[in-house]
Amino acid sequence: MTTMLSHSYRPGDYHSFEAAGEKFIYLVSAGAVFALDEVANRVLDMLATGPMGHADLIGALVGGGYAEADAEGLVRELRHAQLILSDHSVPAPVAPNPPKDFPLQALVLNITNQCNLSCTYCYEFGADKIATPAGKPKFMSLETAKASVDFLLAQSADRKAVHITFFGGETLMNFKLLQEVVLYAREQVAAQGRSITFSLTTNATLLSDPIITFLAENDIGVTVSIDGPAEMQDKRRVYKSGKGSYAVIEPKLRKLIATHKSRAITARVTLSEGVTDVIGIYRHLKDELGFHEVGFAPVTDSGEQSYSLSAEEMNSVVSQFHALADEWMDHALSGRPHGFSNVSETIGELMQGANKSHPCGAGLGLLGVSPSGDLSPCHRFTDADTHSLGTIADGIDREKQSDFLTRGHVGAKYECQSCWVRPLCAGGCHHEAFVRYGDTGHPNLHYCDWIRDWTDKCLQVYGAVSVGNPEFLERFTDRKALS
Amino acid sequence: MKHLRPLNKKARRIDEMVSAMEEDVVALQQQPHVPMGCALAFSPGWEVDAGGGTAGLCQPVERDIYDCYVTCFWPVQVPDHVNYSQDWAGNCASATKDWRNLDIVFP
Repeated sequence: MTTMLSHSYRPGDYHSFEAAGEKFIYLVSAGAVFALDEVANRVLDMLATGPMGHADLIGALVGGGYAEADAEGLVRELRHAQLILSDHSVPAPVAPNPPKDFPLQALVLNITNQCNLSCTYCYEFGADKIATPAGKPKFMSLETAKASVDFLLAQSADRKAVHITFFGGETLMNFKLLQEVVLYAREQVAAQGRSITFSLTTNATLLSDPIITFLAENDIGVTVSIDGPAEMQDKRRVYKSGKGSYAVIEPKLRKLIATHKSRAITARVTLSEGVTDVIGIYRHLKDELGFHEVGFAPVTDSGEQSYSLSAEEMNSVVSQFHALADEWMDHALSGRPHGFSNVSETIGELMQGANKSHPCGAGLGLLGVSPSGDLSPCHRFTDADTHSLGTIADGIDREKQSDFLTRGHVGAKYECQSCWVRPLCAGGCHHEAFVRYGDTGHPNLHYCDWIRDWTDKCLQVYGAVSVGNPEFLERFTDRKALS
Repeated sequence: MKHLRPLNKKARRIDEMVSAMEEDVVALQQQPHVPMGCALAFSPGWEVDAGGGTAGLCQPVERDIYDCYVTCFWPVQVPDHVNYSQDWAGNCASATKDWRNLDIVFP
């Protein structure tokens, strides 16, 4: 009746990396990060050359001077954590697709689709636009805005805290509405014993003293879209006349940063052709203007626009990202925060052990609302009829939402299945994918190498800080929850 | 865990899970970690979970510990077909076909 199984082992699904002279692994099936001791690393090295039977593996360890009982314990530990798999290992269950009953957490209110700038790369009005705003309201009405707040509170079920982001167009072109929404939402939330946070994205051209005071007094997080010093900002972030916007926003930004202390003021830089001096931009925005954090993203485009980044430019961007990541690490090791958001965001997700079914919360915990009250997966799909997910008045179109989420699920993306960075990337931005490939569910293959390279770098930073100043990482425990 | 140092929240959860497995019922295990009696004969009751323990089974291990009942190789008969659960396997003429008829026994 008793029989012995002869296990054979192979490596699990992990990505190994080194930092500060130590060996680490990123366990893909879980999003977990472990430091390995020498003998555990030896087992992984042995299995990397091919599968090994249980007795052979134990024998090799014992032959290497390891006690048999300890070797058994080691192999058991590695198998339990799924760093090594036996023939009998059961794959981890796949997250359901589409996810069921995911309560709303945040709304992005596009309170206007109008803008006083004409940035040439704009995804809403530029060459690759998908919005179809003809005949629709240009400014959100107070009625629609209040209904959106009520909708958010009703759809967020038992969540204690919800969030509203104000967006545009240029958000501040409808500042009057923004003020009223903040006051109304605070009343409604207080009546339910819940809490709410706010943020907005702006081009900063319309900032004024009363606006800055309101934002500061109401703890409203501010993200400024800005591409760097004058010569870079004015290359594409221009008025309709073609005049650059730097001279207008510079004094306003200094005042905003000097006055608004209740929330972090962050800069969001779009990298495009000729605007690739990442380090120069960072220095200007962080050190000269005083932004708390600066985040960078390559422009979204179909790949054939005059403002697209070339492969050489992208390589330059990546190497500058590495230099700033090293700087981030040096700061962290001496306990000082660094403002390069691209590292901080990834560290925050690594700390959590994020293992995403979808690249972001779009269509899941987050929805965009257009000025007319149409729902979309996020602000980037606002006013795009083909991507509507219902309306504030009639609620979420569950069929369309299900289709969007089913397409966007990482399990539906063939190329992602063999990629170790899928727990964090999950195929990348739905909007980017639609603009590039015509399908929100298409993995963003043009970024794969770059994302893997960047995530590997962030893991090295994570590993080094976990050795040199582990307490510092704890600061990032709640980063995602607060952002 | 001795050889792996957890460095993020997810790793710490795995650490807790693995530690719980280490403290799982050792009577069902031997070194190497192989459950007894499960391979060649159909013998409901000897499943192990993905980690080789019994903590993560989809139903309690007591649910269908049929082989103990029939062949008595467990230190005591569980369920006890001598005194308390004489009919437990009455609807299970052939284990491979009728194992679903084995119900939970509440002592």
